[in-house]
Amino acid sequence: MSADAATHDDHTPSMWDWRRWVLSTNHKDIGTMYLVFAIFAGIIGGALSGLMRWELMEPGLQVFNNGFWGNEHNYNVATTMHGLIMIFFMVMPAMIGGFGNWFVPLMIGAPDMAFPRMNNISFWLLPFAFALAVMSMFVPGAGGDMGFGGGWVLYPPLSTSGHNGPAMDLLILSLHIAGVSSILGAINFITTIFNMRAPGMTIHKMPLFVWSVLVTVFLLLLSLPVLAGALTMLLTDRNFGTTFFDPMGGGDPVMYQHLFWFFGHPEVYILILPGFGIISHIVSTFSRKPIFGYLGMAYAMVAIGFIGFIVWAHHMYTVGMPVDLKAYFIAATMVIAVPTGIKIFSWIATMWGGSIEFRTPMMWAIGFIFLFTVGGVTGVVLANAGVDQSLHDTYYVVAHFHYVLSLGAVFAIFAGWYYWFEKIFGVKYNSILARLQFAFFFIGANVIFFPQHFLGLQGMPRRYVDYADGFALWNYVSTVGYMIMLVGMVLFFLVLIDAMIRRRKADANPWGEGATTLEWTLSSPPPFHQFNELPKIK
Amino acid sequence: MPDLYGEAMRFLTALVLTWTTAAAGALATPGQPTDGHLGFQPAVTPIMERVTSFHNILLWIIIPITIFVMGLLLWVMIRYNRKANPQASKNSHNTLLEVVWTAVPVMILIVISVFSFPLLYFQDEIPEADFTIKATGYQWYWGYEYPDHEVPQYISTMVAEEDLSEGQLRNLSVDYPLVVPVDAVVRLQVTAADVIHNWAMPSFGTKMDAIPGRINEAWFQVTEEGTYYGQCSELCGIRHAFMPIEVHVVSQDTFDAWVEAGPGSDEANAVIAEYSAARETRLAQLD
Repeated sequence: MSADAATHDDHTPSMWDWRRWVLSTNHKDIGTMYLVFAIFAGIIGGALSGLMRWELMEPGLQVFNNGFWGNEHNYNVATTMHGLIMIFFMVMPAMIGGFGNWFVPLMIGAPDMAFPRMNNISFWLLPFAFALAVMSMFVPGAGGDMGFGGGWVLYPPLSTSGHNGPAMDLLILSLHIAGVSSILGAINFITTIFNMRAPGMTIHKMPLFVWSVLVTVFLLLLSLPVLAGALTMLLTDRNFGTTFFDPMGGGDPVMYQHLFWFFGHPEVYILILPGFGIISHIVSTFSRKPIFGYLGMAYAMVAIGFIGFIVWAHHMYTVGMPVDLKAYFIAATMVIAVPTGIKIFSWIATMWGGSIEFRTPMMWAIGFIFLFTVGGVTGVVLANAGVDQSLHDTYYVVAHFHYVLSLGAVFAIFAGWYYWFEKIFGVKYNSILARLQFAFFFIGANVIFFPQHFLGLQGMPRRYVDYADGFALWNYVSTVGYMIMLVGMVLFFLVLIDAMIRRRKADANPWGEGATTLEWTLSSPPPFHQFNELPKIK
Repeated sequence: MPDLYGEAMRFLTALVLTWTTAAAGALATPGQPTDGHLGFQPAVTPIMERVTSFHNILLWIIIPITIFVMGLLLWVMIRYNRKANPQASKNSHNTLLEVVWTAVPVMILIVISVFSFPLLYFQDEIPEADFTIKATGYQWYWGYEYPDHEVPQYISTMVAEEDLSEGQLRNLSVDYPLVVPVDAVVRLQVTAADVIHNWAMPSFGTKMDAIPGRINEAWFQVTEEGTYYGQCSELCGIRHAFMPIEVHVVSQDTFDAWVEAGPGSDEANAVIAEYSAARETRLAQLD
């Protein structure tokens, strides 16, 4: 592999040249912009959850009490926007846009993405989508109250006749644009992965992260148009007198839910699948072993992606579906546990017999495996419509999906961040601070979300600005957990500042013999254009 | 400056409380959430009894699985760290193992579904009902109607915090509750007039979406007299958290008197209040 041949021909433009970023067609620069964007959106999404936990710390109205932060409607806006921002503007940009852009071309030995200019527009649509979403919080939503407070699922009639102001229209536009951005990105990744693999890299030799992105972008490509259709119908129901979801004109609000969850369920796998890929690399690298059951791992992701399309109505067990239909969705949903179990056990089998080094990314990865297991088994509980009758729309569900997303996807993002930090930025980070961040995150996230299982079992509904006094203790504990996690967040920024100030030059491969994928054959950071001579894979 | 010491002490107290309340699980009041509790509210209908026992079975499956995975993780971390095992093996396949960890989860899922499907059909198939109640969700209160008793719709609204009287619960008590006779099989029809709501009663195991343009059906048969509280469980706007559900389960005679007095009136409420007071005195004497 003569990757270094490119370095003598390096045209790296200056950091401070605005054209380098605004007009960028370089997958690494675009990936970096995605990561910075995700951090920025994550701060806003995280701050919104802080307002929520602050409000819920004690019974009664503390924050959303018609004071500076507004009223109960603004609490609903906070929950809604927390969900939408974290999903569309934090996790997806970080995993697919950020790590995907950076490492899919590097791992398959390609010089760049297949459509570099389309890559540019994919990214630059996002800040505008985000701006529209943030703007929606400051224009009238329901009555005179600002923002859309109908939940991230945007169910009509609350999102049509229930919110007469322009906030919901801005949100529809925002999600349309974010969707276009993702679809363009998906087309780009599919073309890149199918056509630009280095000579000798067959589809069954592709690194698992590339596999995970490939499955993810197929899910995006197939599910987002359905969301776009549903959103457009909402838009015309709101503004042009159609009645797709209005029973007064022969429509049905439940049809929206079917359309939404046909997108929404694949969406949750879109959020977690790239994380599966990242974790596979980290576990393999620090165990100094090839991944156990490579083909099983790859096709488990394909299976999860496929089944993800045929289970959507398990989000809708209480809408009054025919009982046989519910029975089908129970069966189909539980099947997902099988490929997911294959992945968990294969990661452990990869470590088995290995020579494990507990570097920072590995700690996040092991934390991920355990926490994802907890979120996985509560998923099996919820899959059973009989029990879900009691748990639907309670804090049990909130705990479940935060265990797989806030502790699953986010832990995978941090694992990837510390795994590739030196490769991306070309400087080392302080691993003691980073491990401390892990400790605060692991403890904090568990203290936030584990007690929420108890709240849900006791019957506390989701999206409640104020609760009965019998829910006080666990809400208090949960908010304490938030404070612990907040310390972890501060540590994250300290790691960044420390790395920025000290600027210790990074090694091309800091992880040793276990790191076998192509990105480690390049310098850190890699040359502005890499693989001008394609590497040959044996 | 926040009182850090005070906060820390409160947190520790909370932790201690946790342990003690967890140990005293039997003290739960039926029909309402109990602070610090870990599981379901006590079941008072056949449906909720089955939900609770099915959930207990699930706990016996998911907790051992979680502990098993945690144990495996701890074992590889101890046995196969760099110090304990400097030379990694290159093993990356074991067909038997892969077959086992595919087949065993399938079998566990089959065991779960053996319990799951009967519960689903038991909940969903409504038996011969004694009478019907129609609940309609509004922003932000409930309307109740007893078509079989020719009781027209009356409105049930949350009691504001400043108006709470002795024994009423903040965010849970309503002005005109729903009343049903004990042991009666009730068919519940749920719909909504504006946006989607959800009629949920944790101790009954009932949760049904109230959707404009649709009528959904559920059923319950409450086997114990008492007062039970539930809350709207589908986001419906600014006062979503403030449209609770209160059900009084009383004797058949009291129910008849209540119907006679005209539900939604103070006279009808007086019938219920008198009955509840008498019942409490009776229970106090039993103790």
